[in-house]
Amino acid sequence: MAINWYKYASPASFYSLAGRMIPFFAILAFGLLVAGLYIGFFVAPTDFQQGEAYRIIFIHVPAAWMSMFLYVVMALWAGIGLAFNTRLSSMMATAIAPTGAMFTFVALWTGSLWGKPMWGTWWVWDARLTSELILLFLYIGFMSLQAAIDDPRRADKAGAIIALVGVINIPIIYFSVQWWNTLHQGASVSVTQAPTMASTMLTGMMVMVFAAWMYAIAVILKRVRVIILERERHTAWVSELNERGAL
Amino acid sequence: MFFWIVQRDLLLAMRRRSDVLTTLFFFVIVVSLFPLSVGPEMNMLRMMAPGVVWVAALLASMLSLGRLFSNDYLDGTLEQMLLSSQSLSILVLGKALAHWLVTGVPLVLMAPVLGIQYDLPVDALFVLTTSLLLGTPVLSLIGAIGAALTLGLRGGGVLVSLLVLPLYIPVLIFGAGSVEADMAGLDYDAHLSLLGAFLLVSIVFAPWAAASSLRVSME
Amino acid sequence: MDWSNWSEFLAMGGYGIYVWGSYLVTFACVIGEILLIFKRRRTLVKRYGQIFDANGEDTSYQDDKTAV
Repeated sequence: MAINWYKYASPASFYSLAGRMIPFFAILAFGLLVAGLYIGFFVAPTDFQQGEAYRIIFIHVPAAWMSMFLYVVMALWAGIGLAFNTRLSSMMATAIAPTGAMFTFVALWTGSLWGKPMWGTWWVWDARLTSELILLFLYIGFMSLQAAIDDPRRADKAGAIIALVGVINIPIIYFSVQWWNTLHQGASVSVTQAPTMASTMLTGMMVMVFAAWMYAIAVILKRVRVIILERERHTAWVSELNERGAL
Repeated sequence: MFFWIVQRDLLLAMRRRSDVLTTLFFFVIVVSLFPLSVGPEMNMLRMMAPGVVWVAALLASMLSLGRLFSNDYLDGTLEQMLLSSQSLSILVLGKALAHWLVTGVPLVLMAPVLGIQYDLPVDALFVLTTSLLLGTPVLSLIGAIGAALTLGLRGGGVLVSLLVLPLYIPVLIFGAGSVEADMAGLDYDAHLSLLGAFLLVSIVFAPWAAASSLRVSME
Repeated sequence: MDWSNWSEFLAMGGYGIYVWGSYLVTFACVIGEILLIFKRRRTLVKRYGQIFDANGEDTSYQDDKTAV
């Protein structure tokens, strides 16, 4: 099957392609979510150390993974947009940021709610939680910079530079936080001191990871369609769609 | 060209000496506020000192970032510089060096005095000064990227802090960490080496990134 | 299956607040995100309907699945 990928690099054709893909990913996300929750709450056994509290893992771990993964994907799209001057890639980066920030927030929130019963405090300056917090700052920086710039092309490029600087810095930040954390022992307990997980727990978690993944794709495509419409308002194809009532 | 830029920026800064002094006094005031807010107990202050001095240095160096490019941008000099045949990265490096000489060096010189306020031992004062000497140029270099990206934007001053402060974190960790390690009787060489490594890496990459940012902002 | 009745399920072995607090906020975030995108899209489509002043009054509200 030969697909002409270049065709879909134009916002107009990507707009309709994305429109056709969204229901697929949305349904998949919903199905996986239901399956994952079912496994998580009705199949997976009680953990002998953490009791029922461990069931937070089914959203905490997917959210934490997605938050980091999405930042890298965002920087990748932004970088492509900067290097090849492709508008669509930059729009993808802009569309990813809020979802990434949302997952980062969820990871922090659930981490905190998990921490309270396990370590007795809402927050510990653990290396992972701290890095996740800094990641939230990076997302916020990217979004505020783009929001402050009126010219979309400048916003794309400026955002790309800060995203790339951020993605280079993430490993450095992560390792310095790790080092800092080992120096100040006693203040922390490792977050995911994973109890030996039963295989159904692991299955449930992985199903939820895929659900989060599919959800992210669907919602990002949905958002990128809105961004395309906003940016391409002066083009012929948008007014044509509008005339057909098919926006 | 490089030295010309440095010289020119220093000269301009000397004409507006109050700007330089404002940054320095900000640093001193912030550091002096902490004993007033947490109490004068010397043991606690001694423990807090490295962190407090370093955070204050971060904020002070960030405060003056707005001036890094904005004056040249407003009077059109920056546009001329972009059009010139000289490498923009070198130019940015020169401006970052001038920024460091004007804001970073006074902080480094002032730090031992503030350390005494916090009753730091002499060798810890030495480590604190050395770590600031290695770390503050990194702050100016990374800050140049933020300043270039927010050039001419409304609310640029607050925005630059959002962009730049998370990137300062490794410098903060190892800068303050070196002093803490020394006070705990541990070896601090590794911290200082890492700060040195950050400095080298940022000398190579930051001017280039800031130059690209300037081009984006000036388009 | 670990739960014999509803109240046991809601109690989560004494960790109910933490478990349900996590899940509720997560779903609130997810639903909120989706609603925000739909709202952003609706206002945009409405404005375009006015700008283009074409025959896109009610039809412009159609679900995006109908888009080409």
